[in-house]
Amino acid sequence: MKILVCISNVPDTTTKITFTNDNTEFNTAGVQYIVNPYDEIALSKAIELTEGGKGTVTVINVGEAGNDPTIRKALAIGADDAVRVNAAPRDAYFVSKQIAEYAKDKDFDIILTGRESIDYNGNQVAAMVGEFLDIPSISIIKKLDTDGTNATIEREIEGGKEVVTVTGKFIASCAEGVAEPKIPNMRGIMSARTKPLNVVEAVSIEEVTKVAKYETPAPRGTVKLIPAEQTEDLINLLHSEAKVI
Amino acid sequence: MSKSTKKDLYEAPDYYLLDELLTDEHKLIRATAREWVKKEVSPVIEDYAQKAEFPKHLIKGLADIGAFGPTIPVEYGGAGLDYIAYGILMQEIERGDSGIRSTASVQGSLVMYPIYAYGSEEQRKKYLPKLASGEMMGCFGLTEPDHGSNPGGMVTNIKDAGSHYILNGAKMWISNAPFADIAVVWGKDESGKIRGMVVERGMTGFSTPETHNKWSLRASATGELVFDNVEIPKENVFPEISGLKGPLGCLNQARYGIAWGALGAAMDCYDTALRYSKERIQFGKPIGGFQLQQKKLAEMVTEITKAQLLVWRLGVLKSEGRATAEQISMAKRNSVEVALDIARNARQMLGGMGITGEYSIMRHMMNLESVVTYEGTHDIHLLITGMDVTGLNAFK
Repeated sequence: MKILVCISNVPDTTTKITFTNDNTEFNTAGVQYIVNPYDEIALSKAIELTEGGKGTVTVINVGEAGNDPTIRKALAIGADDAVRVNAAPRDAYFVSKQIAEYAKDKDFDIILTGRESIDYNGNQVAAMVGEFLDIPSISIIKKLDTDGTNATIEREIEGGKEVVTVTGKFIASCAEGVAEPKIPNMRGIMSARTKPLNVVEAVSIEEVTKVAKYETPAPRGTVKLIPAEQTEDLINLLHSEAKVI
Repeated sequence: MSKSTKKDLYEAPDYYLLDELLTDEHKLIRATAREWVKKEVSPVIEDYAQKAEFPKHLIKGLADIGAFGPTIPVEYGGAGLDYIAYGILMQEIERGDSGIRSTASVQGSLVMYPIYAYGSEEQRKKYLPKLASGEMMGCFGLTEPDHGSNPGGMVTNIKDAGSHYILNGAKMWISNAPFADIAVVWGKDESGKIRGMVVERGMTGFSTPETHNKWSLRASATGELVFDNVEIPKENVFPEISGLKGPLGCLNQARYGIAWGALGAAMDCYDTALRYSKERIQFGKPIGGFQLQQKKLAEMVTEITKAQLLVWRLGVLKSEGRATAEQISMAKRNSVEVALDIARNARQMLGGMGITGEYSIMRHMMNLESVVTYEGTHDIHLLITGMDVTGLNAFK
């Protein structure tokens, strides 16, 4: 079984987000980067599925050389080799196209991504890669079982659960529950030094979107405290100010 | 065991951008250890400390993150890392709890190191891989009931009985003793020379009674080692070393780890106090907005930053084989003092909450009372520096 896992290099969850260049660029100064947590779930699942010589796991990242520590971490967690498509990731279309270009003649049985990256939260790459490669794409999955040919997948849907079966190649985006994220061990960290990290050049792709502006959320308003005995005031405010009743 | 539901929000202070002095691999090792501590140690450690029980299930995780003998070469099961990596590991583990770090220090610096440095090839092959994987746990017997700061006065002894030695004596304050599979023990031979040896659990006459009622390192198992005519095979004695420099060489390794480790406890206390000071409202504003609290925080981060630079430089020297025992003493003494001061001030900033198990500070503070005492007391390290700069011996 050959599995490809797409990983994003994202700011750590505790990062204070600011912008530069007239609010059109994310300010990367002093930011710590991590493997996108949902991608770690996907990677951990891929490792589980291939453990004991049952297959290989390749990770792919679209990004510049600064992403290499993140990719090394994925190798330390247990991926067999890695590919970095050497280009700044412009948008989901760009990233998906690069991944599809790389994967199209590599014969991967399964491609896994996280449900979304925690920076831009697009949730688009898996669907687009599926489209470009003309393979089924299943989004936001909670459980995955496969014998290498036939896979059974569970998705959470409004008010219940959907069970999907798929035969042959497919791509899926993974949410919590698919696997417990693995922490690399020292043996993994040591072997990551020598595992292959291949850098391939990006293919040229037309620009389809452009960031016009970023804004941080408006600061939270102050809290109005209403004494417990003044329920009438509360109801009036909920009606006239908050307009929820 | 009940698990704490409180999320461990720890963020390490790096005021002087010292991360830039680390390699990507150092940072990966640190991130891994930190993630492991947050996931496995923080949720349970308070409960184990309250119950005065060692969380034995953490041994495998400690081995996995490379905490057991990270500087030991790969062919013996170690990770072959430099001393910065070793320091980072000890710092992250002690950030969680000094008792857990003690277990790792003992295993790596006081058991694996002497077997590697002074042992025969057979001893290395027999013990090191199993110690690195945590399959076998060790302890270190130097301190005796009547010989603490003066280990040279030890009375534990071996007598040559032809095909083997006979070991008699007792060791005290031994971390890991109650569950250790082997003990690296130091005793005098008939000519009065200190020799080191490996004593295995199960040898007749060897027992390890547990020390109870500690107010410090409560999540670490401490005990005694009692030797009553224990037959030690001659191949268990270290061939390469005799004299006090054997055990002192081990202590140098461990003290180096403590210099980094105690700073981890300090950083955790500072981080907790800083976060609390921004959330705790008194007189209508966060207490972090008051000058007296800012003084405490500013002094804490200053001392942490100075100590971070000190241990980093010591790590570079140690990796190059140039760190002296005296330099290690200074760093151990400084880090523990900084940590104790910070723990006490952080505890005050949290007011009544600071004395509860809701926060890690009081546990760190009590742990540090051991850390300031073991591996050379605070006073002894001061005398080491004093002797080094004056050339005059004030020990006796």
